Amino acid sequence: MAADSVKDVVLSPVFKNNPIALQVLGICSALAVTNSMSVSLVMGLAVIAVTACSNLFVSLIRQHIPSSIRIIVQMTIIASLVIVVDQVLKAYAYEMSKQLSVFVGLIITNCIVMGRAEAYAMQNGPVMSFLDGVGNGLGYAVILLIVGFFRELFGSGSVFGYTVLTPVQDGGWYVPNGLMLLPPSAFFVIGLIIWVLRSMRTEQVEKAEYRIVANSKAKIKESV
Amino acid sequence: MASNNSIKKTLTVALALCIVCSVVVSTAAVVLQPTQQKNQELDRKSNILQVANLYEPGMDVDDAFDELITSRVINLETGEYSDRFDPQSYDQFEAARDPATSRTLSGEEDSAGIGREEMYSTVYLVGDDPDDPEQIILPIRGQGLWGLMRGFFAIEGDGNTIIGLSYYSHSETPGLGGEVDNPRWKSKWKGKEIYAEDGMSPDISLVKGGADNKYEVDALSGATLTSRGVTNMLHFWLSESGFGPYLARFHGNSEGA
Repeated sequence: MAADSVKDVVLSPVFKNNPIALQVLGICSALAVTNSMSVSLVMGLAVIAVTACSNLFVSLIRQHIPSSIRIIVQMTIIASLVIVVDQVLKAYAYEMSKQLSVFVGLIITNCIVMGRAEAYAMQNGPVMSFLDGVGNGLGYAVILLIVGFFRELFGSGSVFGYTVLTPVQDGGWYVPNGLMLLPPSAFFVIGLIIWVLRSMRTEQVEKAEYRIVANSKAKIKESV
Repeated sequence: MASNNSIKKTLTVALALCIVCSVVVSTAAVVLQPTQQKNQELDRKSNILQVANLYEPGMDVDDAFDELITSRVINLETGEYSDRFDPQSYDQFEAARDPATSRTLSGEEDSAGIGREEMYSTVYLVGDDPDDPEQIILPIRGQGLWGLMRGFFAIEGDGNTIIGLSYYSHSETPGLGGEVDNPRWKSKWKGKEIYAEDGMSPDISLVKGGADNKYEVDALSGATLTSRGVTNMLHFWLSESGFGPYLARFHGNSEGA
């Protein structure tokens, strides 16, 4: 593992091994916070900060964590960091934290954070773990921004709050698609992203676990 | 690594971790608290200014609030101003939880779905004379579809003509019930009236299919339950249980002094 280059560690989670698109982790928060781009951006930054710092701290004390309580130790570190991030947002980005509401707190339950602490930080040095956290957070943030872009554009006709397609309510021609503002639409958008990614990088397509064969029972019946 | 799993080491690590984490978390909470409270205060003040149509982008919210708006505490039952609490520090949400300063609402009366109602409420006044203000801004709250909606309701000095309604905290569906934040919908409230005749039973409500008199406002399309929540909470807060007795004092006053 020591052969990992910095570039690989940071960039491979963005497209090659994306936590959302390939591992399909952290979907719940991706559904909830992506109805506008600015909210997605702040959420992405918060997750980058939490993943990076939790990886760093877990890695620093990894030689001392008793294996029987390692999950609890990781959770405690993650939870503390999330509370700190939440407090900072409330103090310096109040409007944003109002929109994100409970979802900042729910970063604790984001599988990406804990998955990286358990899978990477427990075996690797602090610097690489930190970068791995940044990379995975970045992978999450990129998908969030892409989803946020489509949802905000088609749902409200704007990008980062700036009107691009003037909606009918304000005298324009664009009829906003209400579905895009609701959480399920993020499923469709993420599904399409996964489709595009896997068409471009066919190595991401998993092997089928079994193959469907022609109905054999019908033949037996015929022979009887 | 084997020694890591001894009971002693496990307990030491757990204890040390807890202490370090709790210090970090409490430091963050204590250090950032003043900034957070300032934000909340600023948010509440700018909401009050907005509903009173006094807000201009870029203005100094604190100064404008101090200059234009007077906060008073009233006794909801009698409708009289009260000096029992300091309006600057009185927290009516806190008071609503304390049995000594609130009362339980029974099923029939509790149309807003708030459970307990405080006995004293803050009101915000625009104008110099508290008995003949230009605008009265009332804090209201009630259940929407997904949760409690909190907002401000601004009325002219006659205690009857509406200026505006604005929610500063709600969890309604974006695009449907969340349209309570839409400026176009909010502008529909201006000039409507609450009471058709003298008394304390409010007539203002949200209706489907086009409002056609001054006691009706268009409901939000696709958000029947949110609209019902808004109507119910207005009926509750403007009736005898809410600000009815207080507003009744102004009914003789001329519109917008």
